[in-house]
Amino acid sequence: MNTEVNFCGIKMKNPVTVASGTFGYGREYSQYIDLNQLGAVITKGTFLKPKKGNPPPRICEVPGGMLNSIGLQNPGIEYFAKYDLPWLKSFDTKIIVNAGGSTIEEYVELCRILNTLDIDGVELNLSCPNVCEGCMAFGTTYDGTKKITGEVRKVLKDKPLIVKLTPNVTNITTIAKAAEDGGADAVSAINTILGMKIDINTRKPVLANNTGGYSGPGIRTIGVRMVYQMSQVINIPILGLGGICNADDAIEYMLAGATAISIGSANFTDPETSIKTIHGIEQYMKNHNIEDINSIIGKVQMN
Amino acid sequence: MGIIRKCELLKKEMITNGIYKFSIKAPEIAKEVKPGQFLEIKVSDTGEPFLRRPISVYNAEKDIVEFIIQVKGKGTELLSKLDIGKEIDIIGPLGFGTFKIQNYKNVAIVGGGIGIYPLYQLTKELKGKSNLNVYLGFRNKELVTCEKEFEEIGLNKLVITTDDGSYKEKGFVTDFMKKDIEEHMVDMIFACGPLAMLKTVRKFAIEKNIPCQISLEERMGCGIGACLGCAVKVITENGFRYGHVCKEGPVFNAQDVDI
Ligand SMILES: Cc1cc2nc3c(=O)[nH]c(=O)nc-3n(C[C@H](O)[C@H](O)[C@H](O)COP(=O)(O)OP(=O)(O)OC[C@H]3O[C@@H](n4cnc5c(N)ncnc54)[C@H](O)[C@@H]3O)c2cc1C
Ligand SMILES: Cc1cc2nc3c(=O)[nH]c(=O)nc-3n(C[C@H](O)[C@H](O)[C@H](O)COP(=O)(O)O)c2cc1C
Ligand code: FES
Repeated sequence: MNTEVNFCGIKMKNPVTVASGTFGYGREYSQYIDLNQLGAVITKGTFLKPKKGNPPPRICEVPGGMLNSIGLQNPGIEYFAKYDLPWLKSFDTKIIVNAGGSTIEEYVELCRILNTLDIDGVELNLSCPNVCEGCMAFGTTYDGTKKITGEVRKVLKDKPLIVKLTPNVTNITTIAKAAEDGGADAVSAINTILGMKIDINTRKPVLANNTGGYSGPGIRTIGVRMVYQMSQVINIPILGLGGICNADDAIEYMLAGATAISIGSANFTDPETSIKTIHGIEQYMKNHNIEDINSIIGKVQMN
Repeated sequence: MGIIRKCELLKKEMITNGIYKFSIKAPEIAKEVKPGQFLEIKVSDTGEPFLRRPISVYNAEKDIVEFIIQVKGKGTELLSKLDIGKEIDIIGPLGFGTFKIQNYKNVAIVGGGIGIYPLYQLTKELKGKSNLNVYLGFRNKELVTCEKEFEEIGLNKLVITTDDGSYKEKGFVTDFMKKDIEEHMVDMIFACGPLAMLKTVRKFAIEKNIPCQISLEERMGCGIGACLGCAVKVITENGFRYGHVCKEGPVFNAQDVDI
């Protein structure tokens, strides 16, 4: 039985990774699960310089999951390279760094550094607000997405470049195409969906930031639909995520066209979700006489 | 550090309207737990509600861990309906910031509402080391709990207050604590309760230059320090940074945080 996948040049022992921002740099969850079993660890969104993050409350539970407005709190790339990377390297798993920025220059400078680090890939988070353009997310237009992908590509010469797409757009296939045209090796989707929760007693939004990103099982059908649509348009592989809680959910994404998947908020409900998903995929392969997990990618049979 | 455990629910008792005391079989938690630590409890097998609920340990003895929950919303409601014998999925004990115990001579322990529960184990562990002055505040008579349990520890002083005066002293618990401390200095204040109460305690402690440990609440995602959801302002040399209640706390030195 083969569970190994080659995701844009990153050879992973299985298609299961953990999603950016839900798993820190792996230290906390390493107390609960064996990181060696994971296909890859995708780190917390990391910037060129440390970022304070948003004031609390940053989290709010809603039907089907939660809203968050962490505000990309992170210690900066220098700290990561010095303290977290060497520790992560002691595990037999792939390391993908989620990269963020507030300006194109910041992204480029960060990726110049990432290109020199001992990591397996970079996931470019294009949901970050662009401070030069009224804080609209970078990845909301074709031109913006292609431009930033192209600029980063120039300096990230030696690592696979995965562009993480925001679902808060009119047509995600256009944006996915922009990433491909800009030189990305893969795309990942979906990031959180912008939401808002109001406390009717105080008449104020629950989150201090007013709005936040919706994640969890409630967004799964949207993620699956988007992965399917993108798979019909682009020729680079897709990392599928959004609401995956078990192997059944993961397989749905793979049938829709994802080569690999990420477990995000479901880590919070059960820290063992990723490991259980790996075992569940193996069980599914046994039950359905599947020799190679690659044989199910994109094999949904549309009505 | 906490791990994921399945703990059998041995006993569940409604101690007053809407407040339940749970006893679970959890030998490892009982052995490890330090005063102030909490558990992340899974409230449903269906994934809805989605997140675990943070609940403090009230008491730990031998194989048994006790916690007390006030029903607030759907998560605590589901917990209150659990059947005896059922296994509860718990991560814990959690939180590196616990109540620090030394040989203080006189301490004031002040709690409000459900904030009194994490103070019970603390008070027990301080017994024999310090003169214990305990102040417990409640909204009204119906919500008064655990008075006898605290009393039986053997305290120098126990003050019970209700906001509406329907039981014992009328007024804010912090006023009674302040008045006593003005007369008899203490060398540490421990506090847990609603934010407004903690603010008052913190301000007083800083003014009087009394060391003070407070236990904070914040909305949590992971409960273990990975999601950065439970932010609290930690004062630094050049301003502040956001620390995290689940990991650095839930107990902080009052002087160190801006609440
Ligand atoms: C460290 C810590 C220790 C606690 N110890 C106790 C205890 O011993 N006994 C007790 O009765 N309660 C305790 N609480 C409060 C308890 O966690 C909340 O009352 C509970 O989560 C409410 O859940 P719900 O589903 O009933 O309410 P809902 O309002 O439906 O909850 C919605 C969401 O908000 C969160 N939430 C709501 N209120 C709070 C709160 N005050 N603090 C943090 N998150 C909240 C919930 O966890 C959930 O994610 C503690 C909180 C913290 C942070
Ligand atoms: C608390 C939290 C923090 C997140 N931080 C990041 C981040 O730093 N960078 C990023 O690209 N995505 C971030 N995400 C988005 C997730 O990686 C993921 O795309 C999203 O949550 C959907 O997956 P899920 O439903 O499985 O959680 C975050 C999500 C959550 C819940
Ligand atoms: S709840 Fe995730 S960091 Fe505290």
